[in-house]
Amino acid sequence: MNSASCAAKISTQPFSLNPTSPASHDRPLVSPKPTSLFLGSTRKLRLSSSSKLNLHRRSGTVVAVSDVVKQKKSKSTHSLLITKEEGLELYEDMILGRAFEDMCAQMYYRGKMFGFVHLYNGQEAVSTGFIKLLKQQDSVVSTYRDHVHALSKGVPARAVMSELFGKTTGCCRGQGGSMHMFSREHNLLGGFAFIGEGIPVATGAAFTSKYKREVLKEADCDHVTLAFFGDGTCNNGQFFECLNMAALWKLPIVFVVENNLWAIGMSHLRATSDPQIYKKGPAFGMPGIHVDGMDVLKVREVAKEAIGRARRGEGPTLVECETYRFRGHSLADPDELRDPAEKAHYAARDPITALKKYLIENSLASEADLKAIDKKIDEVVEDAVEFADESPVPSQSQLLENVFADPKGFGIGPDGRYRCEDPKFTEGTAHV
Amino acid sequence: MLAIARQRMLGQSFKKILPAVSVLRSYSSAAKQITVREALNSALDEEMSADPKVFLMGEEVGEYQGAYKITKGLLEKYGPERVLDTPITEAGFTGIGVGAAYYGLKPVVEFMTFNFSMQAIDHIINSAAKSNYMSAGQISVPIVFRGPNGAAAGVGAQHSQCYAAWYASCPGLKVLSPYNSEDARGLLKAAIRDPDPVVFLENELLYGESFPVSDEVLDSSFCLPIGKAKIEREGKDVTITAFSKMVGYALKVSEMLERDGIYAEVINLRSIRPLDRSTINTSVRKTNRLITVEEGFPQHGVGAEICASVVEESFSYLDAPVERIAGADVPMPYAANLERMAVPQVEDIVRAAKRACYRSVPLAATA
Repeated sequence: MNSASCAAKISTQPFSLNPTSPASHDRPLVSPKPTSLFLGSTRKLRLSSSSKLNLHRRSGTVVAVSDVVKQKKSKSTHSLLITKEEGLELYEDMILGRAFEDMCAQMYYRGKMFGFVHLYNGQEAVSTGFIKLLKQQDSVVSTYRDHVHALSKGVPARAVMSELFGKTTGCCRGQGGSMHMFSREHNLLGGFAFIGEGIPVATGAAFTSKYKREVLKEADCDHVTLAFFGDGTCNNGQFFECLNMAALWKLPIVFVVENNLWAIGMSHLRATSDPQIYKKGPAFGMPGIHVDGMDVLKVREVAKEAIGRARRGEGPTLVECETYRFRGHSLADPDELRDPAEKAHYAARDPITALKKYLIENSLASEADLKAIDKKIDEVVEDAVEFADESPVPSQSQLLENVFADPKGFGIGPDGRYRCEDPKFTEGTAHV
Repeated sequence: MLAIARQRMLGQSFKKILPAVSVLRSYSSAAKQITVREALNSALDEEMSADPKVFLMGEEVGEYQGAYKITKGLLEKYGPERVLDTPITEAGFTGIGVGAAYYGLKPVVEFMTFNFSMQAIDHIINSAAKSNYMSAGQISVPIVFRGPNGAAAGVGAQHSQCYAAWYASCPGLKVLSPYNSEDARGLLKAAIRDPDPVVFLENELLYGESFPVSDEVLDSSFCLPIGKAKIEREGKDVTITAFSKMVGYALKVSEMLERDGIYAEVINLRSIRPLDRSTINTSVRKTNRLITVEEGFPQHGVGAEICASVVEESFSYLDAPVERIAGADVPMPYAANLERMAVPQVEDIVRAAKRACYRSVPLAATA
């Protein structure tokens, strides 16, 4: 945890434990680099963007706790953030995400998987850091880069792999695919191909949680919703619409921006007038936090705070996680526009390696423990592939199923049952 | 099918609106008159009181009492948690409605007109209509999108489009369009109770019109089936299908044709998706001629679908080419005389019916 530099303080300023204090977003931010990056050659852009990132890293490691606590932490380097069990759980989840995605790449190139496949390598810290703090009834809404969100939320690897293979044993019986992972049981609400589409849906899920508590009087309903989306989405109208409404109605939601700096081939800096996304939170009346998304422990600390806020009914939070995807946008993306130096810079900050180092240095786990987990996960992923391979493809009759929840589309009768179940209706003698 | 239609006719008397309706067996229920607005308001009221999961959302639905006063009185009765005035963010609040519906709440999302639904169409189609299918039945979306659709009076091109054909082409949506107060009450109640996303297309000019309704319609458990059309008037010479405001025109037309000895059968579609193909085809097999009437643009419209369906299923029964009457293939003009020419008028439908019956008719001026 870095000590708070001046810039870091300012970026924590908008987040205060008193939600009604006016955010100091009118104070000019110490800009790490002049913002004339948008013209000129992309080569210059890449170089300047990576140096901007360096500065960002130094100034941006924010901990979302009050200054007092932050100082305490930096003094006592011996206080650990996690227990052994938690550490191993986090490690296992991240390894599962990584191994699974690598296997997806292999399967795609072997032709078992098809269409659009977007892999999450490198961003595991965000998914693990946030989702492992949730209960089963909390919900997660994601984008097309949703395999690892599904796995972290508890959807079995077998179900996700089968879904990707298009088999009937997949979590959506093969009807959704890579980009549309839904699970009612685990409250994973998708899986949306349109960026920005998931944000209002997540806000609606948060709205339901509040509605259940206040209107339906389920007093203990404190379900929280997490909306995951990327940097490109933060220029989309729906993002701002939902920041407004979530803050207006104080909904229990956390908006998690996985800022991996690239939207396919469009650099975040070329697309955004003010690239510091966390600043957009206070503009709508909610805290905005920037965190190092390559460090699962930092993400987890921020997540605890944000999720806690939501659960207590204090309203939404915008968390910007600076992260990076090691692979291209999708498996069809040749990934030619990104500077190799930038990729190397982030590969050196691989979240899994970082956690491993932390666990070993702090004697929370031994190499052997971690190797055992690696092996276990390899077996899980192999088993998932075998299961998916052996599963049957959907039967022809599945094509027309589930268009409506209502079997024949005739609606519900006055007695509350489906009309098509009423024999008098189907015989044509029912009085309507 | 006709048995049901006949029984339905008994409960209604069109005496006030259409003096000469031939197939009416006199059934002297003291018919109460309510406007379509009152019908919709009472339907919303009853459904909200029956099920606490139903809530309203939209611009001006609360304190303004509804942009067209459809939601009048509901804020006072149910409070601001259940009648939400939203900011002007169609995409955002429609998505919020869908997200809430994923969890079993029953939102009724109002669009001030369906033209504004284009800002939210991603949510209507992609996150509402397709979700039950994409999730293989895990996530159903019991949401209703309602609002005025189609041309009003002098509101210009961006406020006058009919969206029936657009939404009806999408699997996973149910699209309903009521005509009179009975339709409005019955279909809205059915839509709110329905577990699937329903697009409910009202008509602004019909809001103020009164229609007689029987006691059964006023009962709080009344609801109409989805996917079933209604034969408003029986006939034997030509079938005229219509929905929403055009049903009123078609009924006027049928009176005018009767004087010339042509007995038209008027079908009120009520449900654009699922389309009641069996009623339409049965009727065409009886009359052998078809005219479809709609206010929207002609290309790829509702009439196009009906004509195709009839040609596919009842071709050998047709005695004349199928005809579709639709709005002009232009964005709606503002000038009153041009606007009149851009939507079907009673005379256009009469001419088409006579053409279908091979009476010699002078052609109207066409572009």
